[in-house]
Amino acid sequence: MIGDIIQLLIYGIVTGSILALGAIGVSLVFSILRFAHFAHGDLMTVGAYAALVIVAGLGMPIIVAAPFAVLVVAVVAIAIELSIYRPLRESSPIVLLISSFGMALILRSAVQLIWGTGNQVYASGIQLPIRVGGIAIKPDHLWIIAGTLGLIAALHVFLQYTKFGKAMRAMADNVDLARISGIPTSRVIMIAWIIAGGLAAMAGIFLAMDTRLHPVMGWQLLLPVFAAAIVGGIGRPYGAMAGGLLIGVAMEMSTMVINPAYKQAVAFALMVATLIVRPTGIFRGSSL
Amino acid sequence: MELAGLLSYFVFFASFACIYAIMALGLNIQWGMTGQINIGVAGFYAVGAYTSAILTTPPTPEHLGGFALPVIVGLIGAVIVSGLLAVLIGMITVNLRSDYLAIATIGLAEIIRFLIKNEEQVTHGVRGIAEIPRPLVESGPLAGPVFLVVALICVAIAYFLVERARVSPWGRVLRAIRDNEDATKAAGKNVVSFRLQAFVVGSALMGFAGGLYAHFFGFISPEAFQPVFGTFIVWAMLIVGGSGNNKGALLGTVLVWLVWSGTEIFTRLLPADMATQASAARVLMIGVLLQIVLLTRRQGVLPEERPKPIPRGDS
Repeated sequence: MIGDIIQLLIYGIVTGSILALGAIGVSLVFSILRFAHFAHGDLMTVGAYAALVIVAGLGMPIIVAAPFAVLVVAVVAIAIELSIYRPLRESSPIVLLISSFGMALILRSAVQLIWGTGNQVYASGIQLPIRVGGIAIKPDHLWIIAGTLGLIAALHVFLQYTKFGKAMRAMADNVDLARISGIPTSRVIMIAWIIAGGLAAMAGIFLAMDTRLHPVMGWQLLLPVFAAAIVGGIGRPYGAMAGGLLIGVAMEMSTMVINPAYKQAVAFALMVATLIVRPTGIFRGSSL
Repeated sequence: MELAGLLSYFVFFASFACIYAIMALGLNIQWGMTGQINIGVAGFYAVGAYTSAILTTPPTPEHLGGFALPVIVGLIGAVIVSGLLAVLIGMITVNLRSDYLAIATIGLAEIIRFLIKNEEQVTHGVRGIAEIPRPLVESGPLAGPVFLVVALICVAIAYFLVERARVSPWGRVLRAIRDNEDATKAAGKNVVSFRLQAFVVGSALMGFAGGLYAHFFGFISPEAFQPVFGTFIVWAMLIVGGSGNNKGALLGTVLVWLVWSGTEIFTRLLPADMATQASAARVLMIGVLLQIVLLTRRQGVLPEERPKPIPRGDS
């Protein structure tokens, strides 16, 4: 029994890591551009498939494919920003939200057109788990957790100690104030997209390592990612990390008592509870 | 294709367009008039369809009910249940920024789809519900045209009601909320209550459209309520046609539905192994169309008609 709980906790941390990487991006985009980015899940999908090109096409290991995928998604995110989101920004953020919803379906259809609609995997065959006591840990899970920790540490250093990291936090606090203090806001927005896109690519790769590749894999994770961002306090990258972990663990733990098909409903319930009790989230993000 | 085939295809096309038109009108109340984002249109559509199906099908052990009630009772049930669901979601999000409504509705739609897939004793899961009766004429060559007439009448009534609502004081308050919430509040309007009303009325229309869909096909399964068919296309219709304009909602429905159905004819000519790719290409095309309209003509083909200012002394 206790073994089962620890096992589920490990699964929860793995899921939570993937959610956290997605939620940080959503939070970053929200705090700087003030809209909920509905295409974020599909950016993850694009990242996972971009890595597949290197892994399956060239036979390279994932660790080589990851930087390529990060680059691809960053370029895709910037292309969308320049061609669509920037021109739309003069109107209301609500229009951006609708546009991003359309973008989500464009990205997903593009993935279906290029790679087909079936399931795919990076490496076929069964990975032998490492057994500690009654608990089985797959090497992939260790990679996902370690990779997430590394990325979060890097993001922390970036946000706290670099010029652009500070500028980004300033913009998140008050865009107008940031602009009149001479912060190059459009360059900060570009960097935010690179970070959000890059993290989405990594989340997509981790998700594909944990499960499989499928054109709707990212879309299916969009709700838990938003839930993580909201529970953590939308617009707060550190909150998104905590929210991701919380939602991930809650989703996996819930399978002890309810049908695993309703994992998403657990994320939704936590999100709704947050909206009712404390709409600003744990870390006092922006609301209203 | 001979004439009879062409005619029956037209009846099918027009009937389906009527169902979408009612959804577009519902979304127009929410987005066009009030500025609320409902990305869970498919959820209300599905709830309406399943409610009506369960109420009207003959008794069966396969799913809940089979109450064999008349179609009209099923449709009323669809309106009530989807409306109640909207009250629930609306109450949670009505005080929050519209982003939260978007996120909550998308979550709701996904969970409804999971529920439909997994709660087999209620919905018969992925195998769906069959034997849903058609209105008035059950089968035969007249069933299609009769349904089309019924659907057209429904669209006409829905259009009339929504258009009346738009020009009424109620509609004016909704637009005022959309354009300047604080000023509306300052004018003494209960913004929260109006917003909730608009959301519920719009969602109830979507539920009604779902009920019609169930009686149109006679069979429903979770596949029909995916976000692409249930939500995305409706948004494309409203935005292409012109948000805030009910005529625009109808025109957009016809235009997008023409593009969607027209391209389907082409995909049928392709070999089977390319069919899935082709359907992805169609979604991509509608997505690009949506972006182009947003970028170049945000008001849509038929822009919103601003009501004329009331002459002095007349109010």
